[in-house]
Amino acid sequence: MTTTTKTADATSAPTAGETVLDARGVTMRFGGLTAVRDVNLTVNSGEIVGLIGPNGAGKTTFFNCLTGLYVPTEGEVRYKGKVLPPTSYKVTDAGIARTFQNIRLFHNMTVLENVLVGRHTRMKQGLWSALLRLPGFKKAEAEATERAMELLEFIGLQDKAQHLAKNLPYGEQRKLEIARALASDPGLILLDEPTAGMNPQETRAAEELIFAIRDMGIAVLVIEHDMRFIFNLCDRVAVLVQGQKLIEGDSDTVQSDERVIAAYLGEPVADDTAAAEAPSEETPAKDEAAEAAPAEDAPAKEAPSQDGAADDEASEDEASDDAPETPEAPADEAPAAGETSEDTPHDPASGKENDA
Amino acid sequence: MTTISENTQAAAASQRDEATGLIGFLPAKAARALALGGSGLTVAACFLAWTWTPTFPGDLTYYGSPAGLQTQVLVLGLLTALFALSSYGVKGTRWLTPAGADAAIKVAALATFGTTWYTVAAISVSLGGPINLEPGGAIVALTSLLTLLGALALPFERPAVHPVDPEDTGWDQFKHRAGNGWTAFKGAFAATGTARKLPPMHSTVEILIITGILAAALGVFTYGVGTEYDELFVGFLITAGLGFAAINKSGLMQQATQLTKKHQNLTIAGAFIAAALFPFTQTDDQYATLGVYILIFATVALGLNIVVGLAGLLDLGYVAFLGVGAYAAALVSGAPTSPFGVHLPFWAAVLVGAGASLVFGVLIGAPTLRLRGDYLAIVTLGFGEIFRIAVMNTDGTSGPDITNGSNGIASIPNLSILGFDFGAEHAIAGFTIGRFANYFFLMLLIMAVVVMVFRRSGDSRIGRAWVAIREDETAALAMGINGFRVKLIAFALGASLAGLAGTVQAHVTYTVTPEQYLFAGPIPPNSAFLLAAVVLGGMGTMSGPLVGASLLFLIPNKLQFMGEYQLFAFGVALILLMRFRPEGMIANRRNQLEFHEHDETPATPVKAGA
Repeated sequence: MTTTTKTADATSAPTAGETVLDARGVTMRFGGLTAVRDVNLTVNSGEIVGLIGPNGAGKTTFFNCLTGLYVPTEGEVRYKGKVLPPTSYKVTDAGIARTFQNIRLFHNMTVLENVLVGRHTRMKQGLWSALLRLPGFKKAEAEATERAMELLEFIGLQDKAQHLAKNLPYGEQRKLEIARALASDPGLILLDEPTAGMNPQETRAAEELIFAIRDMGIAVLVIEHDMRFIFNLCDRVAVLVQGQKLIEGDSDTVQSDERVIAAYLGEPVADDTAAAEAPSEETPAKDEAAEAAPAEDAPAKEAPSQDGAADDEASEDEASDDAPETPEAPADEAPAAGETSEDTPHDPASGKENDA
Repeated sequence: MTTISENTQAAAASQRDEATGLIGFLPAKAARALALGGSGLTVAACFLAWTWTPTFPGDLTYYGSPAGLQTQVLVLGLLTALFALSSYGVKGTRWLTPAGADAAIKVAALATFGTTWYTVAAISVSLGGPINLEPGGAIVALTSLLTLLGALALPFERPAVHPVDPEDTGWDQFKHRAGNGWTAFKGAFAATGTARKLPPMHSTVEILIITGILAAALGVFTYGVGTEYDELFVGFLITAGLGFAAINKSGLMQQATQLTKKHQNLTIAGAFIAAALFPFTQTDDQYATLGVYILIFATVALGLNIVVGLAGLLDLGYVAFLGVGAYAAALVSGAPTSPFGVHLPFWAAVLVGAGASLVFGVLIGAPTLRLRGDYLAIVTLGFGEIFRIAVMNTDGTSGPDITNGSNGIASIPNLSILGFDFGAEHAIAGFTIGRFANYFFLMLLIMAVVVMVFRRSGDSRIGRAWVAIREDETAALAMGINGFRVKLIAFALGASLAGLAGTVQAHVTYTVTPEQYLFAGPIPPNSAFLLAAVVLGGMGTMSGPLVGASLLFLIPNKLQFMGEYQLFAFGVALILLMRFRPEGMIANRRNQLEFHEHDETPATPVKAGA
């Protein structure tokens, strides 16, 4: 409950802007497996928020909960104060657009048509209008095409508008997916690993693109594994480990957090002193970060850092008796990995489409 | 290291024999001359008698007047000769081969050879031995063979192949060699370049060219429908199929596509006018019957193409919607065996038929469209059977007396619209238009409606949503498309279009019985044939199902001798087509884009210099 009031504060704060996305206590269970456990996350307008975590941490599942592909078992997701409907097309209609981890373009449609499909929710012409070519039809089509071409220009694909999507090189397919998502005029765009498989130059270009999207007034929530990319880009970063949010804060806070490092690199060998040191070292580090951070960020960050503090107490207990915790970790990870493999059946399929 | 040196050797070797043809004993110049000379002689040989007795159908015994199969060989020989002349750069024939002549010569020579040797073989077999050939027959066999040899000896750019790995097992080496051979074989028939862009022309000229193309298409179709005996039709299939391929290789087809794309509406209107002229080319009603059945079949296939080709919903019971429309119209059109005893005017019957199909479409679709892929196919297959069995059983003994059971509803009266009696013959501008020709015109009108629905819906927000759903349903949902609703619209629209065609079908056939609406059977339309027409012709295209339906109707109808092997041959043909041209005979606009990707590269100046 405290979190809620805090976010309300954040809304009133002058620079943080209004809360666009507000996920509260999102929990997703698949049978006996909890893929996402009680995750709170807010995204404010004009903000780029990163979501990181090791493979199988439940990032994509959390994304799917936000976009209505999954209905969260517990908790609720609000977009601009309204609870999101449980179907994915209504979520898009409400104003959240997304891209996919493994590119899911409409391969046998042209680049322009792909973006026009993204425009679907913002057009209202139905079958009768199309069949009888009612007065508004041509105008709406022309407007949609114009808007789509603008977006293609924005990502630099205007010359390839008539190419088939599947014939684009990989990096351009990624960009096209973003343009397609932007076509629905979203207030928030969710990017699932937008730079996966890209070289440094392409990653740099993607970074520019995401900044440009932010400057269009669209809030961005991005999943990524490339740490340099994420810390360059994001105003705030949340870390998801084994379905739970470990910490949330600006890049320095997250980078210096021992638990984040442990989650990525593995725990140091059962060394009591190191384990005991970890939390004690951490608290001052966080305080420093809070002091160092510009005052404007303070209200938005306070909530997470408090959360973090609460977590610290819990983890202190866990960390002190390290022995039982370590065997538990792999056991938890295994089902988490199983969860992601639920998604994987799509992967070979899309790969095949790519080949075809 | 050794492997690398071997590779360079192999590459050098392949470069050395780059300039040879598929068969290598002739120099290029001689080969070209042989192809030209052979094709010229073939043309000349068509004016000789090929056999001594008029027993062989078509009567090929006359000197100086080609008949039957001779005409086909003549046309193909001329085509080959023209392509050969064009390869010499003779003025006035250059325009024939905008994409290079050699591949076109090869395919045309192959076509000539195929038709000629089929004719010769047919004469020998049906009359009992090659002794029945007149000298002309032997000459034409020889010249066409020489043409083919000359054409195959023409040099071509050998595609790069991987050399055989000597460490492989014998079987693998054999497979590899076979694969390489096949690649080279395909390379021999591959067109060397893309067609050069058409020069800018006055639009009147362009329209005249389109008119010419349409007239030629009507001519070919009329000839095919009018073939009187099996041999002629088989010859027609070889001639038309390979001749079409040759024209395609020459690049003329590409240029024609450019033109028709530019004047799309005009082309479609022209095609309808050409189709409407078909009954006027016929002296009696015999082939108009075929025409109207083809139209019914093609219209339903086009409707199915919305469901399968655009929205990607595999519907295996589609013919049931045709049945629903036909039965609904039959029941309210004053047939004496109908229990309702009403006789609505045609427009009302059409509305009833299409409406009934629409209702059934929604009823079947609403619960089943939540399923994906295979499950939907199974459910629709079941629905098709349920419809047929339900109609069988509503005969008054097993159920309520509505459809008259297996006897069906007979003696459906002929239509009469605004005093125009469809059952009677009419004289229009000196031509006699019989009963089936009347219905042919009506069906053409219905098809125009379906074509319009297909085009307009396909090129709109909802059409794009269908294709998106077909491509990737999850992504489509994430784009804000209400998948269920959009699929239901496609399903219901397809159903009502089939119902629309069904209302006319009921009148054309006089009788509707449940056995007309099977899943699979030798007589189209049935669900399997409808689906085959769509897949064979090209999914998601407009002309594909029309071509597919025409062929699928004509082939069983014309090749009566195949009898029970019809379905078998049909299956083999389908497998072969799917293996070698999976996009169907008419490639989708979207699939075609793949081949036009390199349009921007300046191929034109190179071609002009050559």
